Amino acid sequence: MQRAMAELGIAPSQTAVISGIGCSSRMPYYMNTYGMHTIHGRGLAIATGLKVARPDLTVWNVTGDGDCLAIGGNHFIHAMRRNIDLNIILFNNKIYGLTKGQYSPTSDRGLVTKSSPWGTVEDPFCPAELCIGARGTFFARAIDGDIKNSIVAMKAAVGHKGASVVEMLCNCVIFADGIHKLVTDPAVRADKTILLEDGKPMIYGKNRDKGLVLDGWNIKSVTLGENGITEKDLLVHDAKMADPILHLKLAMMGYSPYGYAGATDELPIALGVIRNVEGISYDEAVAGQIEEVKGKKKARTLRELLLSGDTWEVK
Amino acid sequence: MENPKIIEASEVVVRFSGDSGDGMQLAGTIFSTVAAILGNEISTFPDYPAEMRAPRGSLGGVSSFQVHVGKKVYTPGDQCDVLVAMNPAALKQNVKFLKKGGVLIYDEDTFVQSELAKAKFATLDPFTEMGIADKYQLVGVPVTESTKASLADTGMDAKSVARCRNIFALGFVFWLFNRPLKKAEEFLTSKFAKKPEILQANLKVITDGYNYGANTHASVSTYRVETRKAEPGIYCDVKGNAATAYGLVAAAENAGIRLFLGSYPITPATDILHELSKLKFLDVITVQAEDEVSGICTAIGAAFGGALGVTSTSGPGIALKSEAIGLAVMAELPLVVIDVMRGGPSTGLPTKTEQTDLMQCIYGRNGESPCVVMAASTPVDCFNAAYNASKIALEHNTPVILLTDAFLGNGSSSLRIPEPDSLPPIKPAIATADMADSYEPYARDPETFVRLKAIPGTEGLMHRVGGLEKDEHGAISTNPEVHQKMVRNRQAKIDSIANVIPELEVMGDADADTIVIGWGGTFGHISAAVENLRAEGVKLAQAHFEYIVPLPTNTSEVLRKYKNILCCELNNGQFAAYLRSKVEGISIKEFNEVKGQPFQIRDIEEAIISVVKG
Ligand SMILES: Cc1ncc(C[n+]2csc(CCOP(=O)(O)OP(=O)(O)O)c2C)c(N)n1
Ligand code: SF4
Ligand SMILES: [Mg+2]
Repeated sequence: MQRAMAELGIAPSQTAVISGIGCSSRMPYYMNTYGMHTIHGRGLAIATGLKVARPDLTVWNVTGDGDCLAIGGNHFIHAMRRNIDLNIILFNNKIYGLTKGQYSPTSDRGLVTKSSPWGTVEDPFCPAELCIGARGTFFARAIDGDIKNSIVAMKAAVGHKGASVVEMLCNCVIFADGIHKLVTDPAVRADKTILLEDGKPMIYGKNRDKGLVLDGWNIKSVTLGENGITEKDLLVHDAKMADPILHLKLAMMGYSPYGYAGATDELPIALGVIRNVEGISYDEAVAGQIEEVKGKKKARTLRELLLSGDTWEVK
Repeated sequence: MENPKIIEASEVVVRFSGDSGDGMQLAGTIFSTVAAILGNEISTFPDYPAEMRAPRGSLGGVSSFQVHVGKKVYTPGDQCDVLVAMNPAALKQNVKFLKKGGVLIYDEDTFVQSELAKAKFATLDPFTEMGIADKYQLVGVPVTESTKASLADTGMDAKSVARCRNIFALGFVFWLFNRPLKKAEEFLTSKFAKKPEILQANLKVITDGYNYGANTHASVSTYRVETRKAEPGIYCDVKGNAATAYGLVAAAENAGIRLFLGSYPITPATDILHELSKLKFLDVITVQAEDEVSGICTAIGAAFGGALGVTSTSGPGIALKSEAIGLAVMAELPLVVIDVMRGGPSTGLPTKTEQTDLMQCIYGRNGESPCVVMAASTPVDCFNAAYNASKIALEHNTPVILLTDAFLGNGSSSLRIPEPDSLPPIKPAIATADMADSYEPYARDPETFVRLKAIPGTEGLMHRVGGLEKDEHGAISTNPEVHQKMVRNRQAKIDSIANVIPELEVMGDADADTIVIGWGGTFGHISAAVENLRAEGVKLAQAHFEYIVPLPTNTSEVLRKYKNILCCELNNGQFAAYLRSKVEGISIKEFNEVKGQPFQIRDIEEAIISVVKG
C-alpha cells in the first residue's frame, strides 16, 4: 500500500487509513499516514464520514472477512451502493484470526474450525458477488504475497472514483493454513488462476495455452490450438463495461456455491482488476449538491437565514 | 366597535383538535406565532394521532395542538380554557383537557349521525351523553357550511374547500381573543406565497370566520391576554428540534468548521435530520446513514477529519451507538450525540415523552467510559444547549451527549435570534503544523487534561488513534500502570469541565427549607408549580440541572443547605439515584412519573405540599 501510494505520488499527510478490528486491521500502525484503528465492523462507516467531510484526502479502509462481511456487512453493501470514493482492502483468510480460529462468512461449507468442530453447515459469501450485487463499481482480486499484482490493483483502486474493493487472498498460518492453496499453491497457481488485464485476451496456464471463451451463457475454458481455436477467439477483458453480468461471471469462476469446492472445476479463479466502471461517487455528489443549493439560496449564515423567515421585533 | 364583555387574562390555554387531516397543527401554529408577535410568551405542544393511518373521523385519527399564551408562560399548560373540536371524535378525545366552565367551540355541521357513530357515540346528543352539557360554555359554529358558503364563488373543488375549515375556525378564535387579523394574514401570505389560489381562499375564510364571531356570537365573552415586555431583539418561532439544529449550525459557524450530521431516522428526533438537511446552503453536510451505528460512525469519521461531528437519535438509537461513543471516548475525538428521549424500553412509546435514558447515557458503555451529559430545559434552550454541547466537545475533545425529549423537540417557543458576537467564542483544541517536532497525540494540558487533535492533511502531524489503550506517546499499551493512568486522565478531563460550566443557580425564596430540583424538559412544569405555591405563600427554592456529567461545582454546597430536597423526574428516580452517588450526606425525596406524558403542574404542586408538610 505504501508503495502504491509512493508510486502515485500521494503524500502520507494527505492519506488516512481506517481499519476495523481483526489481525488485518492492525495495518494503520505500520503506516506513516493519518490513521484510525476503530471498532469491529465499523471502519467503513467511519471512513465514509471522513471522506464525505474531507473529499480532498485519499482514504483507505483495511478490513477482514469477518470485519467487513459479518459484523460490518451492512456498511459494506451500502458503501457499494453509494459508491463512496474509498479504497477498501479486504484481507480474506476465510477465518476469524484475531479471536483464534472461528469460521467466517467466507469459510467454505464444511470447514472444520474451533466453532465448527463438525464442519460448518452454511454457505459462504463470495465477496465479489456481494460487491457487484450491491452495485459495486470496482472489484479486484490479488494473492497476498504477489506484490507486483497487488500494487497494480491498489493503484487502479486509487485511480477509480468510487468505492473500490481489492480482495487479498491471504493465509492465516495459525488457524487456517493453506486455506487458498487449491488456487495459490505455486504448483497449481498458473492453471488455477487467470490474471485479467483490461484490453487483453483471457489467456492463462503454465504454458499460456489456455483461454476463456463465451459459450452461450457460460464461460468455457479452451486450449489454444485445439479444435482450431486461436487467440482471436478468446474473450478480451473489458473492465469498464457497465453491464455487470460478465464481470460477475468472471469473478465467480471457480466458486461453486460451496466455495472452492469448485476449484476442481475446469475454470480458473480470476485475479486482477475484474470490474472498474465509472459512476457518480457519493462524496462528489454531496459536495456538488451543496454547491448547487448555494446557487438557489441567498443566506450564507444562520442569522441571515433566520432573519429572512417569519420574525418580529421587540423594541 | 369592541365587544363589551372582555375578560382580561394573564394567560390562556387553547387546544385545537380535529382529524389529522384537518390542519390543526397549522391553525395552532398561526395562533401561537401571532401571540408571540403581539408580545405574549408562548409554549405549544402538538399531540399527534396514535395511529398514522386511522380512518377519517375515528378516535384514533385525532390530532391536536395546545397553545399556552400569556405574560409568563412555562409550559403548554395542564388544561385548556378554550377547546376547538372540529368533529365528534376530537371532542371525545379532548374534552378531558378542558377546564370546568371553559369554552367549547365545535363544528356543529360534523355533529351528525355518521360522524357521531365513527366517534362511538351511542346517541345524537354527545353533550348529554358525556354529561358535559352544563359544565362548559358550548359554542356551536357551522364551520363546514360557512366555509363552503364563503368559497362558493371561487370554483374550488370540495376537497380544497374542506381543507380551509381550519382557517375559518381560526378566524373565529381570533375574534374570541381580540387578535388583529392582519398578523395572521401576513403569516398566511408568506406560507402560501407560491399557491395564490389557496392563499386567496384562506384570506377570505379567516375574515369570514372572524366576522361570523363578531356578528353572531355577541353574547360570548371574549379575552384579552396580557403581554410582557421581552428582551429587545428580533424573534422567530421555533420548535425544539429546529432550535437544536440551529444551535449546531451556530456552533460550527463560530468555530469556523463544517457541520456534519450522520443520522438514522427515528421519532421524535428525525426533525433534526430534516432541519439540517434543508440547510445545505449553509455548508451543512447530512448523511442519512444505513443504520444508527453508521450514523454515529460517519460522524466520528467526520470529526477525525476536522468537522463538528454530530449524530441525532432517540433511546433505541443510543443503545446501538454505545460502542461507538466508547470509541470517541477512547480516541478522544469531539462528538455531539443528541438523544431526543421517548417512552421506552424497547420501541416503547415512540411519540411520547420521558426522561428514562439518563442512566443509559451516563453509564451505558463498556469500560470506564466517561463523557459529558447535559440536558436542555425548554424548546428554545435547545439552541443554547446544542451550542454549548458543541463548544465543550470541540474544546475538550470529548463526546458530549445532549438530552432533549419529545416534549421539547416538538414544542415551540420564541427564539431571540442571536447577534453575531453575542455567543461565546469556540476554539477547537487542535494541533497546528508548527508543532510538528513535538506533537504527541496523547500529550495533555496539565490542568484540563485535554489532548490536542491533529487534523489529517496537516503536514508533519501524522499519527494513529483508535480504540485500543495507548500510552501518552500514542503507542499501544497493555501495561497495567499505563491503563490505570489513562483511565484516570480521561476521567479527570471530564471532571475538569466542571470548571468551565456555570454554577447551579438557586431560584425562589432565600429562606426556604425545601428545594425542588429537576433536570431537562421538566423545567417549565416544575417552575410553574413552584411559582404557583410561592404565590400562595409557601416558601420554596428551586434548582434545575443543565449539566449532569460533570455536575456544577457548587452542587453539594447548594443541596446540603436544605432540609427537604424533592427531585421531580419522568422516570423511576434515575437522577435522584445519580445525585445520591455523587453528593454525600443528602436525603432526596422523589416525585416520579412514567406515563409518556409531561408532568401535570398540579401533580407537582401536590407532591411539593406533601414534602413541605412532612
Ligand atoms: C463488537 C465486537 N465483537 C466481537 C469482537 C471480537 N472480534 C475481534 S476480531 C473478530 C473477527 C476477526 O475476523 P476478521 O475480520 O476476518 O479478521 P482477521 O483477524 O481474520 O484478520 C472478532 C469476532 C470485537 N472486537 N468487537
Ligand atoms: S496468522 Fe492468523 S492469527 Fe496470526 S496474525 Fe495472521 S491472521 Fe492473525
Ligand atoms: Mg479473517
